Amino acid sequence: MYNFEFTKPKTIKDAAKALAADGAQALGGGQTLLPTMKQRLAMPETLVSLTEVDGMVGVDSRGTGLTIGGATTHAQVASDAADVYPALAGLAAGIGDPAVRNRGTIGGSLANNDPAACYPAAALASGATITTNKRDIHAVDYFQGMFETALAEDEIITAVQFPIPQAGNYQKFVQPASRFALVGVFVAKTADGVRVAVTGASGSGVYRWTAAETALNSDFSAKAIEGLSDDPSEMITDLHGTAAYRAHLVGVLTRRAVTASR
Amino acid sequence: MAADGGMGHATKRREDVRFLVGRGKYCDDYVPAKTSYCAFARSTVANGKIKSINTKAAAKMPGVVAVFTGDDFVEVGGNPAGWLINSRDGEPMKEPKRPVLAHGKVRHVGDAYAAVIAETREQALDAVEAIEADIQELDAVVNMADALANTKTLVHDEIGTNQCFDWGWIEDNRAATDEAIKNAPHVTTLELVNNRLVPNALEPRCSIGEYDPGTGDYKLTTTSQNPHLTRLLISAFVMGIPENKLTVHAPDVGGGFGSKIYHYGEEALVLAAAKKLNRPVKWTSTRTEAFLSDAHGRDHVTKIELACEKDGTFIAFRTETMANVGAYLSNFSTATPTFLHGTLMAGNYTVPNVYVNVKAVFTNTAPVDAYRGAGRPEATFSLERVIDKAARELGINPIEIRRKNFIKPDQYPYASAAGLEYDSGNYDALMDGLEKLADISGFEARCKESAKNGKLRGLGINSYIEACGIAPSNLVGVLGSRVGLYDAATVRVNATGNISVMVGAHSHGQGHETAFPQIVADMLGVDPMSIEIVHGDTSKIPFGMGTYGSRSLAVCGSAVFRATEKIIAKATLIAAHMMEDKPDNVDFDAGEFSVKGTNKKVSFGEVALKAYIPHDFPLESIEPGLEETAFYDPANFTYPSGAYGCEVEVDPETGKVDICSMVAMDDFGTVVNPLIVTGQVQGGLAQGIGQALLEHGIYDENGQLLSGSFMDYAMPRADDLPNLVVDHSHATTCTHNPIGAKGCGEAGAIGSPPTVVNAVVDALQRGGFDVEHIDMPVSPARVWAAMNE
Amino acid sequence: MPTISMNVNGISVSAEVENRTVLSTALRENLGMTGTHVGCDTSQCGACVVHVNGKAVKSCTMFAVEADGAEVATIEGQAHSDGSLNVIQQAFQDHHGLQCGFCTPGMIMTATALLRDNPKPTETEIRDHLEGNICRCTGYQGIVNAIMAASGQKPAIAAE
Repeated sequence: MYNFEFTKPKTIKDAAKALAADGAQALGGGQTLLPTMKQRLAMPETLVSLTEVDGMVGVDSRGTGLTIGGATTHAQVASDAADVYPALAGLAAGIGDPAVRNRGTIGGSLANNDPAACYPAAALASGATITTNKRDIHAVDYFQGMFETALAEDEIITAVQFPIPQAGNYQKFVQPASRFALVGVFVAKTADGVRVAVTGASGSGVYRWTAAETALNSDFSAKAIEGLSDDPSEMITDLHGTAAYRAHLVGVLTRRAVTASR
Repeated sequence: MAADGGMGHATKRREDVRFLVGRGKYCDDYVPAKTSYCAFARSTVANGKIKSINTKAAAKMPGVVAVFTGDDFVEVGGNPAGWLINSRDGEPMKEPKRPVLAHGKVRHVGDAYAAVIAETREQALDAVEAIEADIQELDAVVNMADALANTKTLVHDEIGTNQCFDWGWIEDNRAATDEAIKNAPHVTTLELVNNRLVPNALEPRCSIGEYDPGTGDYKLTTTSQNPHLTRLLISAFVMGIPENKLTVHAPDVGGGFGSKIYHYGEEALVLAAAKKLNRPVKWTSTRTEAFLSDAHGRDHVTKIELACEKDGTFIAFRTETMANVGAYLSNFSTATPTFLHGTLMAGNYTVPNVYVNVKAVFTNTAPVDAYRGAGRPEATFSLERVIDKAARELGINPIEIRRKNFIKPDQYPYASAAGLEYDSGNYDALMDGLEKLADISGFEARCKESAKNGKLRGLGINSYIEACGIAPSNLVGVLGSRVGLYDAATVRVNATGNISVMVGAHSHGQGHETAFPQIVADMLGVDPMSIEIVHGDTSKIPFGMGTYGSRSLAVCGSAVFRATEKIIAKATLIAAHMMEDKPDNVDFDAGEFSVKGTNKKVSFGEVALKAYIPHDFPLESIEPGLEETAFYDPANFTYPSGAYGCEVEVDPETGKVDICSMVAMDDFGTVVNPLIVTGQVQGGLAQGIGQALLEHGIYDENGQLLSGSFMDYAMPRADDLPNLVVDHSHATTCTHNPIGAKGCGEAGAIGSPPTVVNAVVDALQRGGFDVEHIDMPVSPARVWAAMNE
Repeated sequence: MPTISMNVNGISVSAEVENRTVLSTALRENLGMTGTHVGCDTSQCGACVVHVNGKAVKSCTMFAVEADGAEVATIEGQAHSDGSLNVIQQAFQDHHGLQCGFCTPGMIMTATALLRDNPKPTETEIRDHLEGNICRCTGYQGIVNAIMAASGQKPAIAAE
């Protein structure tokens, strides 16, 4: 990979300052960024490590929802959120593999917004708020297409706030090599209605399947969406599955998520 | 007999200890003083004309000590194919030169056209990017049928075609087979694909070249399964370095599966660079590079026909296959789809007519060569899939149709219709064992349980035969091999009584360091721990051909056996001298020499010491020393066989296949170490299951490898596999080698793919889906598509 | 070039590395500890797994400068102090949990982390936990058997 400058700030302020420089990039757990850099597909001039920034690690359930520090690893979410938000903890426990979960962070995942990543589905379905050093961004406004987010260059995800739904579940159908989601569906039944967020299927990244939401709002059961399938026209076709197959999986996984919701 | 640690004992592997504590020494662990690092510039296009390569900027980059291009290797030879195959019309195959670095044209993505040597690996990689190569992209041929039809887009312009050869086996049987099929009461036809696989030994290739200007000696430390073969290729064909001035050392090697048999251009380059720079030059492949530059495996497209009576009696098999050889002929690439494939096309059966046609095709893809099983998995998959289909069409149970056609135990030696003479086997006994161990009779009940859970359950059955113990030199010579395929061993009994055994085979997971001493210990009646195996270094070992084709035990093990016999014969002379009697009166048993009918005896250790202190030897009849070498050339192939059973559950909603059980019942002849044999089969099963369900080297129409990393090339993980049940108790002995062993390394990878696919098709048919075949890998998406067509 | 200090297997060490040097390279090339292996470049194969501050991580997917000040455990530090194999290593030998040995360091380090957190895992839990460790030789049977045995449980099927 190309060489770079490296800095490990202790405060959010210093981190933001470092990130404002040209060619600077945030480094979370690095589980996606390092492989990309090895391929020489990314060439940051400076990497700003966020792992030692104060106050960015932890799972806090003292308020109404769940607040997770931006540098919290998947492993920690899997263990610390298990009692409060089992659907989210289950999702975190299924990302990558144990060693990846010990390094990868929720902030890193959301900032990268890989179209096959798991966390975006949880954030969008839960109606999460992404808190940065500058502002709060609602999930609806945050995801802006494949690898695109509302984050500015010097903006850091300091925390993610998850309202806890009445019931929820995440179903992931793995791509057998990368173990990312070939398709993943997060269903959340909330006081404001049902949200169904789909990852892995669309080239534009995570999205909500509104037709299913409408049907589930009147009847939260797998039966309510029996036979309903999503539109494959915007979906990904690759060596692991056609758009039609992905669209089919969206239906199957949504039904399974509804049935498994608790 | 050495009861503990001798033949047949499940001795724990001694080599494990160094690997378990992190003290293995693999190629990349070697860093000679003053090592420089090599990185390659590789083509990003599948077919291109090299118009110019400007290396000036690269040469000025920090740390760069040299840059090489194809121009630097125009004078040296090409990397040859090891087998000459003649086409049906008698024309020899097309053999375009495979240069060290691409010259004039690049022919596949990953084809190396320049190399940079620098002080560090990263500096070399930095400088590679500074090479200015003007490469004009040309249309590529990727699909084999297109390549054969297309005479304008050529991989090698100078040969005027993309066809390497058009081979018929056995050509004299062609008319009879055609006639038999024409007149048969039933003909089952199947078109199928043996998917391209990427071997992916977990250790990427690595090569270190060194040169001593004082002596003129070269040394190549490299990831090889056969260091002597590599040395021979470099010396005799590519570089012209005298064999006695080149040492090839393959230290601990992290798996091969075929991909490290071959000599690769990177090995020649680091040697040439080391001489020019007068310092060591090291190249370690990244995984990304490995995908683009290692030889791939399989990649056949086949149409197979099975003609049979209405009662299921086989009359004829006929196949037409296109076999991809990629952009260049790798060393075994022409043998794999021919003599390791066509000769197996009679299977375990008494079928009278077999005809095999194979067209080998050049494409703008990475070279394709032998990968675990090499031709035999392709043959077995074709046969066992079409037999399963025929059974369905005829309403015959898949076990019964196989039993009906099995060669019976009293028919050996059996001359198969595909030209081999099988020496031993008992396929019914294997099938009996399978039925019992896999509890085939309980399948229907398990099927109902699966149905309750919404899953479609299926049962797959397979029987296979393979030709291993590669290979009798006289036979392969007739078939076009340019080398002999014997192996060699030297047994050196040291003065203090311990023993060094130098072998031509190379151990990269097979456990030779444990298993070979079991043979010698058994024969000499000594402690196996007093015996050390030396392998991998051409300066220390006799000229053996290495490890592939399940040959190490059957061929090299037999050489060890023969050399040990010579040791006993020589030691008997010495013992007779020591006991002052005639050699004919001396017995040897359990490490002790004795004179018949007396109480005179001397131990093996005493004889060893005496051999090196020959103060009173009659030198005209006994030479000092106790060291013997044997070259063993097998009289025939060996013929391991097996019956495999697999149960799967298919999720009808997603198409996902879960393997519920996999049982392998194999006949490997004599088993030296059952622990190692079991592990070899389980590893082979995993790779076969990988081929069946997950693995696919797939190119797009422009010749870009789509599954070019572990992110897209799926291999079995622990959670993809069931417990792998292995049994090798139903053995018949190989009749022509002294150990009686047949070889076990490839069996699992040969037997399992059709077993799995047969099971998936069975599950779908039982579930009411009219699916006759699904190409491998049988991915969820493909199953779902098949169910919804 | 930055200098990093680490405690590796109980010994304080330091190394001069580039910022782009990953931890596996620092261990292998700067410190000469070649027991940790690198089998891929996409963080999939797990041959490079070591423990950093008690957590199993892929050392090829972490910069050495990120490990500055860390406690690192590698395969070289796993045997007993007299050089004999520890219970997990011994189980791998007993149950033929390795062939070529290349994935083995990562397997041992991953298994060690698993058994520390979950001393009696089920076979399914073991297989799930090995998701990030690819073995191309064994079909995982010997590895799963070894981890079962190392945790005092009977493997599902015998080793031979």
